[in-house]
This record gives sequence, C-alpha cells and structure tokens, in this order.
Amino acid sequence: MIQDLANREYRYGFVTDVEQESVPRGLNEEIVRLISAKKQEPAWLLDWRLKAFRTWLTMKEPAWANIKYGPIDYQNIIYYSAPKRRPALQSLDEVDPEIRRTFDKLGIPLDEQKLLSGVAVDAVFDSVSVATTFKEKLASLGIIFGSFSDAVQQHPDLVRRYLGTVVPYSDNFFATLNSAVFSDGSFAYIPKGVRCPMELSTYFRINARETGQFERTLIIAEDGASVSYLEGCTAPMRDEHQLHAAVVELVALDNATIKYSTVQNWYPGDKDGKGGIYNFVTKRGTCLGVNSKITWTQVETGSAITWKYPGCILQGDHSVGEFYSVATTNNWQQADTGTKMIHLGRNTRSTIVSKGISAGHGQNTYRGLVKIAKGASGARNYSQCDSLLIGDRCGAHTFPYLDIKNSTARVEHEASTSKIGEDQIFYCRQRGLSIEDAVNLIVSGFCKEVFRQLPMEFAVEAQKLLSVTLEGSVG
Amino acid sequence: MDNPVLLVENLHVRGGGREILRGIDLSIGRGEVHAIMGPNGSGKSTLARVLAGHPEYEVTAGSVHYKGQDLLAMDPETRAREGLFMAFQYPVEIPGVNNAYFLKGALNALRKHRGEEELDAMDFMTLVRERMKRLDIDESLMNRSVNEGFSGGEKKRNEIFQMAVLEPTLAILDETDSGLDIDALKIVAHGVNTMRSPERAMLLVTHYQRLLNYIVPDVVHVLTDGRIVRSGGKELALELEEKGYGWLEHVGCD
Repeated sequence: MIQDLANREYRYGFVTDVEQESVPRGLNEEIVRLISAKKQEPAWLLDWRLKAFRTWLTMKEPAWANIKYGPIDYQNIIYYSAPKRRPALQSLDEVDPEIRRTFDKLGIPLDEQKLLSGVAVDAVFDSVSVATTFKEKLASLGIIFGSFSDAVQQHPDLVRRYLGTVVPYSDNFFATLNSAVFSDGSFAYIPKGVRCPMELSTYFRINARETGQFERTLIIAEDGASVSYLEGCTAPMRDEHQLHAAVVELVALDNATIKYSTVQNWYPGDKDGKGGIYNFVTKRGTCLGVNSKITWTQVETGSAITWKYPGCILQGDHSVGEFYSVATTNNWQQADTGTKMIHLGRNTRSTIVSKGISAGHGQNTYRGLVKIAKGASGARNYSQCDSLLIGDRCGAHTFPYLDIKNSTARVEHEASTSKIGEDQIFYCRQRGLSIEDAVNLIVSGFCKEVFRQLPMEFAVEAQKLLSVTLEGSVG
Repeated sequence: MDNPVLLVENLHVRGGGREILRGIDLSIGRGEVHAIMGPNGSGKSTLARVLAGHPEYEVTAGSVHYKGQDLLAMDPETRAREGLFMAFQYPVEIPGVNNAYFLKGALNALRKHRGEEELDAMDFMTLVRERMKRLDIDESLMNRSVNEGFSGGEKKRNEIFQMAVLEPTLAILDETDSGLDIDALKIVAHGVNTMRSPERAMLLVTHYQRLLNYIVPDVVHVLTDGRIVRSGGKELALELEEKGYGWLEHVGCD
C-alpha cells in the first residue's frame, strides 16, 4: 500500500507552452559571443566570459565526488533559451500570461498584492528573469534587487567590482563553464547601514527541453547592512537529464550579515532513476569585513545528482560562517554535498550542521573542509554531521577534511549514523500515528536544528517537501 | 452481562523461529485489572506485544476479540485509535521530537478516529497540566524530546503519563516495574491506580510480585512456557513470591 504512494508524481513536472528563443545547440566561442550580444553586455564582460571559456577548454570534469553518472555531452546542450518577445517590462502586468500562470501554479504569484507580505520575488524562467516584485519599495531604501542582466546594464560598476571576486572564473570546471555562458540570475545590493525589511527571494524554473540552466547570483551587503535571501527551484519531468550549473557569490563587508537559504526541488528523476536534473553548483561567500556573518541554509530534496559545497571565506577578524544543511536522497538520487570553511582572520568562528537522509537506493555524502590558516589565531569550528538511513539499500558517507595551520585553533567534529528503527515506527503506531506520519515525525525531529534556521513559512514548506520526497520510503 | 473487553482464545504465536505462545485463553472484563506473571522467557512480553500488533510475530492459531471486534485484523495504529494502549518495557527515543508535540499528535489521531474535534495547542496544554498535576509528574518532561536522555524511571513515568492523556479502554503495561527503584515504582503505581476506573481494563505484565504490593489486581495469571498454568486472586501472587515459579511448573503441567 505504501509503494503506491512512492509512485506519486513530482508535483511540479508540468511543461509551459511558450514560444522560446534559443541559441544553436553546442558550445564554442561564437555561442559565448552570441549570449553576450543578446544581453547587450559591455566589452569587459564579454572578455571575462571568453577568458572563462578558454580556461574551461583546458579543464577536466572533476571525478572525485562520490557520485556515478554517464558522460555529459557538453556539445549537445542548448546554452541559452528565453521566452520569445521578451519585452522591456514596465510593470508586472506585462509578464506573459502563460509564464504568469506557471508561477501561479508553482505557488509563486507575481501579483504584489497577493504575495506573502514581506517577500520580494525575482522570477527566473529558463535563462532570463521575467519579473521582480517590490522593486520600487526596495529602491526607496537604496536596495537594488533584480535580475543580474539588469544590474549589468544599470549598475555596471558594482557588478564589475565584485563579479568573480569570490568565485573566480577559473575556480572549477562547472563554475568556469558558468562564467562563460551564464544567462541570468539575481543581483542584490544592500547599502551601508540598511537592514533589508523583507525577504528577498528568487524562484528558478527550468522549462525548455535540452537546455542547461546557468544562473549567476551576486549579493553584496555593505557595512552594517543585513539581508535574508531565499531561492527555490523546480523543473518539468523529462526523460533526459538536464544540467544546472549555477554560481552564487556573496560579499559581506564590516558588520554585515547575509543569510542565504535554498529550498532545492529540481526534478529528481523517476523511481527507476530515469531523467532528473544534474545539479553542479558553486556557492561561496566572503566575510570580507570585521564581524561580518554569512549563513548558508539548504534543504536539498530534488535533483538526480547534487554536487554543491556552499562555503565561507572568513577573511575579516571576528567574522562568522555557518552552514546548515538537510539533504535527502530517495529512489536513485545521489548527493555529494557539504561546505568549506576557510578561516583567514583572527577569532573567526564557523558552525557546520549537516543532516543527510537516505532512502530507497539513495546515496548521500557529506564532504566538508575546515581550513585554518596560519594567521587565524583563536579560530573555532564546530561540525556535526548526522546521517539517517531508511531501509537497507541506501548509503551514507562522510568525508570531513581538516587542514589546520594555527595551534590556537579549536576544531570539533561530531558524527552519527542512525537508522529509522522498526521500533521507533512501531512505538509511534502504537500511539495512533500512521506509518507515514511516524516517518515524517522522526525525520522532522532529525532535521530540527536546520529547519529552525529557515524563515517561518519556508520551514513549513521545507517540511512538507521533505515528507513528499520520502513518501513511500518505508513499508 | 457485558462482553469482555478482551477475549483471547487458544492463541498460538511464533516469533524468532519458534513457538512462543502455545494456546493462551484469557478474558478481561470492563474495569478489571489482571496481572500476568511469569519467569523470563515464558512469553509474557510476547503476549503484550502481539496484542499491540507488533509486526515481528506471527499468529498461527486462535483468535483475539477486543470490544467484540477481531483485534488481529487491525493494524497497530487502528488498535491504538480504538483505545488499546501499551506502556512499553523499553520506551523508544525519538530525538528532536518534542514530547508534547508527539503526544498532541497521538491524542488528535485518536480523537479524529472517534469523530471528535482535534485539540488545539492551548486546550491540549490545559489537559496536559491537569494530568501532570494529578500524577505528580514534573512539567519539564514536556519540553524534552520523546524519551531522549530520560532515565529509566523517567521513561516509565512518561509512559504512564501518556496513558493518562490518551485514556485507553485497555491498558497493557509491559514490565513497567522493571528497573525502577522503590520511589519510582511508587510514582508509577500511583499513576496506574489513579487511572483505575470502571471504564478501563488493565493488563499488567510483570516478573516480580512487588508491583502488586502497590497495584492490587483482580485476577492473577501465571504464564510459563507459553501457557497460562494457573489463574487466581491476588493471593496467588503472594504464594508465588513465597514458593517461586518452580512450584507451579510441577502443578501446572499435565
């Protein structure tokens, strides 16, 4: 009876019928130039893309991750796709009604009146941003929030100053590919002393067939500024794998705080492992200023493959980096995820809390690096990695790397692996709870420390998502 | 006359590759408190767990009727929702799940099944405070995770407390006295006695007679080697205490 539930379809797997405008399949310098030209970019940005592309040609796809997948044919991907007749939007009313309906269906209404109060949304459909809400309200505080493409046009100095400073174009195979072909993404700038009064949120949607999505996000918090940013994502169900290789860069100056939360729900493939998104993502933040703080919170439930290690470079003295993660793998999903905490400044602190849940044939790997440089006296790290197994065909793996060059550092690592026991489930059932409720309860208890970090409404969403992901995993 | 709350007839059960229960007959009426005593390995905990629907046992013969319904046809959660409660010998820890939240979920599952409105957090906490007071249980228990880091005594008290909130029709207490010091035993026994009512039947599974100094049963059964070899009044427990289980093995076997 439980197995039936396992076969329940991915709720977000529909396709929107809009006319798309794409570049030809494959990747070469011409494609890079074409993407840049379509976006009417300044010469320096095209140069930067080309440098990235040439570097990429010399690079090899990394093979060290604990994931298995067939070869990706990079010449068989369409690197840019956008809904046609993209207007220069004067207001939200001009959004293509089909696209608008798509976001409504996903529970992301683009009507400002209908939105959850206190959340500004940037909606990205395939390669382009289609709408940003509450732009004016934010502008009155000096906050810039919108698509990356718009920022390139309207605030080129800011983009030029920070682009690639956290994740250089030569960083790694996937980040370098992104640097060459990135299409759109979000840009946020919080000026000095401003606390952003609402959550900023981007919703990413892959729609077109055989396209990759390569978005790039840049968030800058000036001295004393603070912001909380959320991203969500879904994709249609398709039999072939689709590549998603994003880059996110965060910069926090003196006393600034950036909280970045992700609820990742790309199409995971079907129960036999057919289709699903390959999610190869590079996310990193620099705590450039003293007392700055960056918190990454991620709930990774989708994608056939997840490869991501949101990290913090703790450069400013007394800066703080945090990473809270829940990653679930069910059916044939694989996740190799964790974080990098690079301590450079004095008295820098980092906290890592990772919760991996594996069910079905899922394989879940935590991979984390804590590096304490010579000059990082008084640095502290606390890491906790817990794995929960459901059933006996899944796997959990932990690879913590420590690199400590300063003797005053204090580093603690705790790890545990547990199985949802028959006894736990029976205990819950004896108290009147169904098997499904029992599993949800046990899992939510396991993830509690991470969910606590999410903004309220999203914590509820994340919990629901988790229960859908794990549906049918016990029976 | 009323039907018994629980009627067990010729129950045979296998588990772990062998026959553990070999023809149990037992009838418990409304408001009655029965004690099942027996040496280790006699099958008394198996009986408790089979009645609660634990999946690791196979019933090979016999029947069990609960409030006139076929108990063995019900899944464990349905049994619970129908008012069958088991206090576990080894209560299970559920890390990160708040004790109050867990119990509220359980109570509302029962209420929903009975067609009653679910309790909101406020009403639930009012009920909880009243029951805690009645059972002399410390309120801090509610803010902790289910059984996590509880001492043996706290776990058992938590079981009795859950029973007090869920108000079962039939409560099965599986070796609730084991591992308790005398003070903890008194608190648990006080809880059970408080819950005694003409509306509630209880089945106490115990190895030792000492629990029965504090909870006085209406009927005592002695289980050895998968069979009830003797049933009697409360004085049977005392006799057993004096003479040991060996005495009955001779008397009971044919």
